[in-house]
Amino acid sequence: MKLLTHNFLSSRFLKNVTTGYPLKLTIEEKNVVEAEVDVNFLKNIMVKIDYAVLYDVAKSIGEDENLPSPDATIDLDSLNKEQLNKLHRVLVCVDVVVGALECPETGRVFPIRDGIPNLLVNEDEVS
Amino acid sequence: MLPTPSYRLTDQQKESVYDPAEDSFLLMDAIESELEVIKSSSPLIALEIGIGSGVISAFLAKSLPSVSLLSLGTDVNRDACEAATTTARKNGVRVEVVRCDLASAFLSRLAESIDILLFNPPYVPTDEMEVDASDLSRCWAGGARGISTLQRLLPQVTELLRIGGLFYVVALKENGIDQLLKHNERLRGSIVMERRAGIEYLYILKFERIL
Repeated sequence: MKLLTHNFLSSRFLKNVTTGYPLKLTIEEKNVVEAEVDVNFLKNIMVKIDYAVLYDVAKSIGEDENLPSPDATIDLDSLNKEQLNKLHRVLVCVDVVVGALECPETGRVFPIRDGIPNLLVNEDEVS
Repeated sequence: MLPTPSYRLTDQQKESVYDPAEDSFLLMDAIESELEVIKSSSPLIALEIGIGSGVISAFLAKSLPSVSLLSLGTDVNRDACEAATTTARKNGVRVEVVRCDLASAFLSRLAESIDILLFNPPYVPTDEMEVDASDLSRCWAGGARGISTLQRLLPQVTELLRIGGLFYVVALKENGIDQLLKHNERLRGSIVMERRAGIEYLYILKFERIL
């Protein structure tokens, strides 16, 4: 699971959960999959990204160095190459192989195994 | 003609993951025929529900080499999630797979953000009991009229698609095509392709969110 995907997941489908976001990520094993930087993709996808959440999760796994600060609005055109590369790395290269996601409201844990997060729950857990 | 993505199901996966068949090929043919329409909509995020072997998502991603697409897929079956991940890797494309029911895990954050939604649902009319009977029957058993699972997704389609977003879905004549096409006034339904395959008469329906 890429951190990009983490940014789009929530546990709002659970009973009695109002936002279920962001899910708390813990990592036991990660992988870095090198890929070419696609500036066009970064530009487009950044519009959809909750950057504060991305920054926090990157920081929690020690990947915040060179990442643009979450305090200012991010203008991709003004980022230097290092920052762009870092953003790219954090969004699409870092791959969580083993770990867990936790619902911020209920504490329900969703395991990540072989890179696949499991957010399938029992029928009596959904609203 | 674009080739079918290469894939290989392990023996374990074969027991519960749908092996691509006529319906899958028809959906790929329909995607190919729609490529210009899809391209001109400048898609950013594609989501396939019930991704199974992963060939459809891999096909879409491979068909759009010039488009920077984020491909997401879900499946309730763990073996399918793994198969789809392997298929994506085998074909050199990126597909992020999440195990969940329909689009549940993405519904809140990606509301009105999906550009391309794909679904090859279990469409064969069966007894309702069969819908969740086993992993493999879950791939095809659609309950009464064959639309039990599709009917659970339909109310979410307008929540997921952005305006102008496209939803492609496989359907069977017995599913009630006319009714499906007109099920929601915010979605403009049309038939992209139809084909007889053995005893089945298959359709690929397209819904564009217009409101």
